[in-house]
Amino acid sequence: MKRYYVMGLFSNFEEAFATIAEIRNHAVPGVSVDDVTLKSPIEHPEIEEVLGDRGSPIPKFTLFGAIFGMCFGFLFLASAQATFLVQPQGGKAVIPLPSNIVLTYELLILFGVLSTVIGFLISARLFTRRHPLYSEKVSLDQIGILLELDEKNVNPIKELFGKHKVLEIREEVSQ
Amino acid sequence: MQTKDIDENIAWAKINADVLRSMENPRMGYWIAVVCCLAMVSCAVVAEIYQYQTGLGPANLTWSQMWGLYIATFVFWIGMSHSGTLLSAILHIIHADWRKPIYRFAEAMTTFSLMTAGLFPIIHLGRVWNMYWVLPYVSDRGIWPNFRSPLSWDAFAITTYLTSSAMFLFIGMIPDLAICRDNARGWRQKLYTVLSLGWQGDDRQWRNFRRIYLLMACFLIPLAVSVHSIVSADFAMSIMPGWHVTTFPPYFVAGALYSGCAAIITLFIILRYFFRFEEYMTIPILEKTCKLTFAIAMVWTYLNLIEFAATWYGHDMVAKELLYWKFTGPYAPYFWMMLFLGSVMPFTLAVEKLRRHLPTMFVVSLFLNLGMWLERWMIVGPTLSQNYEPFAWSIVWPSMVQWAIVFGSFGWFGLLFLVFVKVFPSVSMYEVKEMVFHRRTAHRPDLAVSLHRRAEDPQPGSTPSTKGV
Repeated sequence: MKRYYVMGLFSNFEEAFATIAEIRNHAVPGVSVDDVTLKSPIEHPEIEEVLGDRGSPIPKFTLFGAIFGMCFGFLFLASAQATFLVQPQGGKAVIPLPSNIVLTYELLILFGVLSTVIGFLISARLFTRRHPLYSEKVSLDQIGILLELDEKNVNPIKELFGKHKVLEIREEVSQ
Repeated sequence: MQTKDIDENIAWAKINADVLRSMENPRMGYWIAVVCCLAMVSCAVVAEIYQYQTGLGPANLTWSQMWGLYIATFVFWIGMSHSGTLLSAILHIIHADWRKPIYRFAEAMTTFSLMTAGLFPIIHLGRVWNMYWVLPYVSDRGIWPNFRSPLSWDAFAITTYLTSSAMFLFIGMIPDLAICRDNARGWRQKLYTVLSLGWQGDDRQWRNFRRIYLLMACFLIPLAVSVHSIVSADFAMSIMPGWHVTTFPPYFVAGALYSGCAAIITLFIILRYFFRFEEYMTIPILEKTCKLTFAIAMVWTYLNLIEFAATWYGHDMVAKELLYWKFTGPYAPYFWMMLFLGSVMPFTLAVEKLRRHLPTMFVVSLFLNLGMWLERWMIVGPTLSQNYEPFAWSIVWPSMVQWAIVFGSFGWFGLLFLVFVKVFPSVSMYEVKEMVFHRRTAHRPDLAVSLHRRAEDPQPGSTPSTKGV
């Protein structure tokens, strides 16, 4: 079944958000706000109020990385220090907690950061091919609304875009 | 007189054009600076080759004076690295949006300062080929590094800080790298295509981008504090007079923030001139940076006084004698200069007329950093010259080899920085656009309301529509 991609470029957030508001209010039956991808040069501070809260799994990656770093750090140090058992310790602890806490803290942060970055790369879907409808104007000063549609909804969406002073409409058909 | 941080009527397209242009045609001064930095690095390379071939003797490093300028300068560069964290992470968390045009180069400063700092322990070793012994790596005799030593803590802390700050710098640049990708040609386009990681500016990417930026800022602040606390532990964990001081960690952190802020002022003025960034690196933003620097300078002064008082009223006679000796002995001119530059000179930052005068601020910021560098030397030098063991008492002035390597480190930092600002955008385009956008809408509440609260708009928190209705 053919899928149609339509992207409208708007000069400002006002018109783009008004268009999304109409989509949310079912101006085009069969098209919902969940089909909308908004492309913009900046992140609008209230975008979640327009598109709905779509969430981000990055904090889970961060938590996992930090806990892993803490456990790994302490166990790594402790296991390395355990080899000191064969050496005279002069009454000092084989696994000294105060100094290990310092190093564990550093490894907690290191693995927390690395895991957060990995989480970002995965959740933001980077490393994917640019969408054929990607426009350089989106990184300049225009706001893009990209929709994946059935054929019957293409024209109503174009009309909706036109009502909100769209600057340019781009289309792509995929098999 | 310019009073706004930025002209909120700047068009977004102009922001892109101005920043992208800066990467193509800097002023002639830029190239002169590059040549000067190369010359400075050459001095250091020659000195290091000489020291490498001859041993540490020509550096005047002896058994008692084993650290010298190398470790003092190492501490200085670590301190300098705190600027990026302060400006980027702390001010990001407290929503101080005036940081936006200047945080990128401050973050770059952090990374390059750490890369410069990391060279000094290696140079100081003499046997540079054994530097990896400090890493958590088991030797062929089954012996691990001593994890109780603050020197091995340094290796962990600096590695973590360098990795995290480089990631923070890179992640923060991704949207701008996409802009560069869309506008560049030739090798630059290839480079930016790879580095922008396929950024397309869609809502999913922005949402996750904001989340990671905040999380990394939250990680970096305690990390920065821990790094300089750990560096202070190199001294404070010993029982040497003048070093075994409880206030050393906050004293080091305050000194680090101070020197970092002073360096931001210096580079602010340089970049503003080289790349014609008058519209972005504005006088009101410089003023705010100066006020911040002044506040931190006063904290540093207070901590200095606390340290003197703690020593003076303490029972350690050798530490007291050392403090007296710092004020009156052979190091006294440098010690007094440090106090003057670090505590008195910042009062120029409190005078509005001077704060708005770029040449004055440029000179003042250089002097502040000289003061901060002297601070580190005054921590290392006097204690090693006069401590508990009279047989070790000696005044050993740094040799030309040490001076050349220290001098060259400034060239190395400058060179890395200059290459960075030529290849990558030194002003964050998307953040400046956000700043302009927010200020524009903040000044027009009617527009803000019409943007986000149309009658037909869903109310915040309402359930999104479902697909297929």
